[in-house]
Amino acid sequence: MKLSVWTYEGPPHVGAMRVATAMKGLHFVLHAPQGDTYADLLFTMIERRNHRPPVTYTTFQARDLGSDTARLFRESCLSAYERFKPEALLIGASCTAELIQDDPGGLGAAMGLPIPVIPVELPSYQRKENFGADETFFQITRALAKSLPRTKTVSANLIGPTALGFRHRDDITEVTALLEDMGIAVNVVAPFDATPSDIARLGAAHFNVLMYPETGEAACRWLERTFDQPFTKVVPIGVGATQDFVQEVADISGATARLDTSRLRLPWYSASVDSTYLTGKRVFVFGDGSHVITAARIAKSEMGFDVVGVGCYNREMARPVRALAKELGLEALISDDYLDVEAAISEASPELILGTQMERHIGKRLGIPCAVISSPVHVQDFPARYAPQMGVEGANVIFDTWVHPLVMGLEEHLLAMFREDPEFHDAAGPSHHGHSAPLPPVEENPKPQVASGDVIWLESAQKELRKIPIFVRGKARRNTEAFAASQGAQEISVELLYEAKAYYAR
Amino acid sequence: MTQANVAAGSCADTPVLRQRGQHEVFCGLTSIIWLHRKMPDAFFLVIGSRTCAHLLQSAAGVMIFAEPRFGTAILEETDLAGMADAQTEIDLQVERLLSRRSDIKRLFLVASCPSEVIKLDLETAAQRLSRMHAPKVRVHAYSGSGIETTFTQGEDSCLAAMAADLPTGTDDGLLVVGALPDVVQDQMMNLLDRIGVPNVKILPHADSSNPPAIGKNTKIALVQPFLGETATALERAGASRIVAPFPFGEKGTTAWLIAVAEAFGISAQHVLNVTEAARNRARHAVSKEAEALTGRTVFFFPDSQLEIPLARFLTTECGMTALEIGSPYLDRRLMAPDLAEIPQGPVISEGQDVEKQLDRARAAKADLTVCGLGLANPLEAEGMTTKWAIELVFSPVHFYEQAGDLAGLFARPLRRRALLEVNA
Ligand code: SF4
Repeated sequence: MKLSVWTYEGPPHVGAMRVATAMKGLHFVLHAPQGDTYADLLFTMIERRNHRPPVTYTTFQARDLGSDTARLFRESCLSAYERFKPEALLIGASCTAELIQDDPGGLGAAMGLPIPVIPVELPSYQRKENFGADETFFQITRALAKSLPRTKTVSANLIGPTALGFRHRDDITEVTALLEDMGIAVNVVAPFDATPSDIARLGAAHFNVLMYPETGEAACRWLERTFDQPFTKVVPIGVGATQDFVQEVADISGATARLDTSRLRLPWYSASVDSTYLTGKRVFVFGDGSHVITAARIAKSEMGFDVVGVGCYNREMARPVRALAKELGLEALISDDYLDVEAAISEASPELILGTQMERHIGKRLGIPCAVISSPVHVQDFPARYAPQMGVEGANVIFDTWVHPLVMGLEEHLLAMFREDPEFHDAAGPSHHGHSAPLPPVEENPKPQVASGDVIWLESAQKELRKIPIFVRGKARRNTEAFAASQGAQEISVELLYEAKAYYAR
Repeated sequence: MTQANVAAGSCADTPVLRQRGQHEVFCGLTSIIWLHRKMPDAFFLVIGSRTCAHLLQSAAGVMIFAEPRFGTAILEETDLAGMADAQTEIDLQVERLLSRRSDIKRLFLVASCPSEVIKLDLETAAQRLSRMHAPKVRVHAYSGSGIETTFTQGEDSCLAAMAADLPTGTDDGLLVVGALPDVVQDQMMNLLDRIGVPNVKILPHADSSNPPAIGKNTKIALVQPFLGETATALERAGASRIVAPFPFGEKGTTAWLIAVAEAFGISAQHVLNVTEAARNRARHAVSKEAEALTGRTVFFFPDSQLEIPLARFLTTECGMTALEIGSPYLDRRLMAPDLAEIPQGPVISEGQDVEKQLDRARAAKADLTVCGLGLANPLEAEGMTTKWAIELVFSPVHFYEQAGDLAGLFARPLRRRALLEVNA
C-alpha cells in the first residue's frame, strides 16, 4: 500500500476513456461499479465536451458479485451495441472488475457481434493513465489498421492527440499547417476525431508524426514494424524544436525543409529590451516527460532563463528526463508524489514554476508564479481562443503565457523605484495580477517578531527585507535566518542581512 | 407529458419506477469531501485503488490543501497477490500517518470496492488499531464503496459507524443528525435555542472528545434525507425519531421546527411567534427568485437523495411542476412527509438506467433538468436547461436564511438562458 493524496495520473481505464472519448463511432464498455462514472465529468466539465463520453459502465453492485456480473457485462455490451450502433466496440475492466476476473476479453469475443470487438488489458494496480491511453490506442490500431498502398502524394498521420489532452485540439491545427507548408498532406489524425474506419486507413500514410509520445508511442512503434512507416521523434514545441522537427520531416519524407516564420514572434520578443529582465530567472520545470523536455529547452535557449529544477511524474520518461537533467547539471526529480515535488520546489525557491495544475497550487501556497505546460490540467487550460503549444503559433503562445505571471521588465524597474513612496504598498502587487497576486505570509507583520528558530528580526531589517523582490524574499528570509542561526546571532539587523546575502552569493 | 393542472392528491402512494442499468452517480467516498470539514480532528483513510484517489481529487475540484485530512492507501500488486499481509500494511500506514499528524484524534478507515472485493476486514482492523492507539485516537470503519453506496450514502455509513460508538446517557435532549455548513448550523442552533429546545447536540460532532450521549430520552431529528441507516442505529440505541419534512424553504423549515418543538411539548404557535421575522424574510426572498420558476417544469435525475425534499420545495413554494423525481435510493420511511406534500403527477423513480432515463428526459422536455456533472453539458448542448445537482449538496441551502439562495440556484440557469442572445 502507498498513501496517496493527490495524483498526477488517473487509473489506466481513464487513459482508455481519453482515447475512446476522442474518437467517433467507437463505444467503450467498461466493467465497473457506479462510482467510476465520475470520470465522465472530467470530459464534460474540465474539457467542456458537449457530449457524453461514449462509455457504458456495467454498474455492478455488491449483490451481483459471485453470481452474474459476467451476464451483466454481456448484456451491457449488447444493449450498448443496439443503442449506439458503433463501428467497433472497445471493452475493458476498471480496478474493481479486474479483481473479479470475469474476462471481458473472452466474453466479448464470444458475443458474436458483427463489428470488431477490441479487448484492452488495463492493469490498474501497476500502471496509470498514460499507459492506459497508449495501450488502448495501440490495441485499437493493431485490431483495425490494414496494410494499404501509400497515398500518391506524401502524407502523414498525426498520432497521439486524445481527449483531455493539454492543447491537443490546437496543436493538431498547427502541425497540420507545418506539414502543409512542406507539401505534405495529413492522412489521418488519431485518436482525436478519428473513426474506426479512419484507423483502418492509417497504413496509407508515408510516415507518422508522433505528437505525444505519452499516448501514441506504442502504436507508432507497431506501425513502424508492421507497415514500415517511420515516425518522428522530435516534439515540435518551441522554436528550436520546431526547426528540428521540420528538418526531421524533410529527412524522413524527402520533402524540402521549409518553415514559414513570418508569424513567429518569440525570438524578437525575447530579444527586445523589455525582456532583459527575463535573464537568468530561476525556473523549475515539472510535468509529463515530453513537455518537460521541450519546456526546458525553451526556458534555457529561447527565454534565457536559468533552469534550477527539472523532473517528471511519468516513470516511462525517466530516462530522457534524467539525461536532460544531467546536461543541465541537475538531479532529475522523478516522482508522482506531490509532496516530494512541493518540497523540491520549496527548496529550489524558483522565481517561476513551469508545471501542471498541481504545481499551480504549489505555487499559490509558496507565493511563486506558475505557468502550465503539461497535463494534468484544469478547466482554465482549455481556453476558448486558439492557443497551441506546437509550431510557430505555439512558440508565441508560450512566450506570452510564461511571461504573463512575471512582473514586466519596465514595471519591475518602476516598482523598485517607487517602493519607498507612501502611496506604494507591496500588497498592491504588479498591476496585471489584479487581486489574485499571491503574497508570502511574511508580509503581514512588519513589527519585530520572533521568527522560526527564535531569531528576532529588527524593524530596520524587516524593512530592508521588504525591498527585496517579492519572488526571492521568502528565500532571502530563510537564508538569513539560517545564517543567523549558524552565527549564533539572536537578532537580525540590516548588517546581518547583507552579510548573509554576501555569504550565499557564492 | 402534459403539465396541465395536476390531479388532486399527493405522491404519497405513487408507485415507484425501478429500472436496472447504468447508474450515473458518485460512490459514497465522495462524501468525505464535506465530512472531513465537519470533523476537524478526523482523518479519512480510504483503502482503495488509484481510481478512488482520482475520484476524490476530481470531486474536490481543486487542491486547496497540500495535505488534506483525507487520503487513499492505494492497494498494490503485492497486497493483492497476498505477498504482503494487508492487515499489517494497514497498521504500518496508520502508524506512519499518526506519527506525522498528531492533530488526528479520529481515524476513519473507509472501505472501497477493491477492498470489499478482496474481503479486507476493516472492522477488525479498526478495533485492533483503536486498541493500539488508545486513548489518543479512536478508529472507526465504514464503507464508501461504489458497490454498496451512492454519493451521500457515504455520510450515512460514516454517521452510522459513529452512532454505534456513542456513549449512553439519560438526559432529555435533541440530537440533530446530518452534516451542515457551519453558517447554517449556527442559524439552526440559534433558532432551536430561541424556541427553547433543550440540550441540543449534533452528529457528526466537531470535537471527538465531546460526543453526544444517546439514550431512551434522546430525540433525533434528521436534517438530511439520506441518513436512514444512521437513524436506525440511533433508534436501536433507544432514541426516538421525530417525523418531519426536511428543512428546505420557508415551509419545510417551519414544519421541521414545529415537529421538533412539539416533541418537546412546545406549541406550534410559539414556534410561529419566534420565527415570524425569519419566515417573512424567507418568503420574500423565495418569491423574488420564484418569478423565474413559477409555471415551469422540472425533471430530477438521481444524485444525492435530496431530490424528493427539493421537489417538495420547488412544487409547493416556487410554483413549479415536477415531471420526474429520480432518486438513487428511496427511503419511504424518511421521505413520507415530503412525498405527501408533492402534488400528484410526476414519475417517482428509484435507481437508474441512465439511457432510458435520458430518453424520458428528452421526451419530457422539462424547463429545468437537475442532473449530475457528467450529464449537464451534454444536455445543455441538446438545448435543455440544467442545474448541476452537486452544488445543492455543497452549498448552504437549509433553513430560512438560505431559502432564497436555494430557489436562486434553480432560477439562475433559467435566467441565464434567457439572457444569452448568441446560440451555442
Ligand atoms: S466506485 Fe469503487 S472503485 Fe470507484 S472510486 Fe468509488 S470506491 Fe473506488
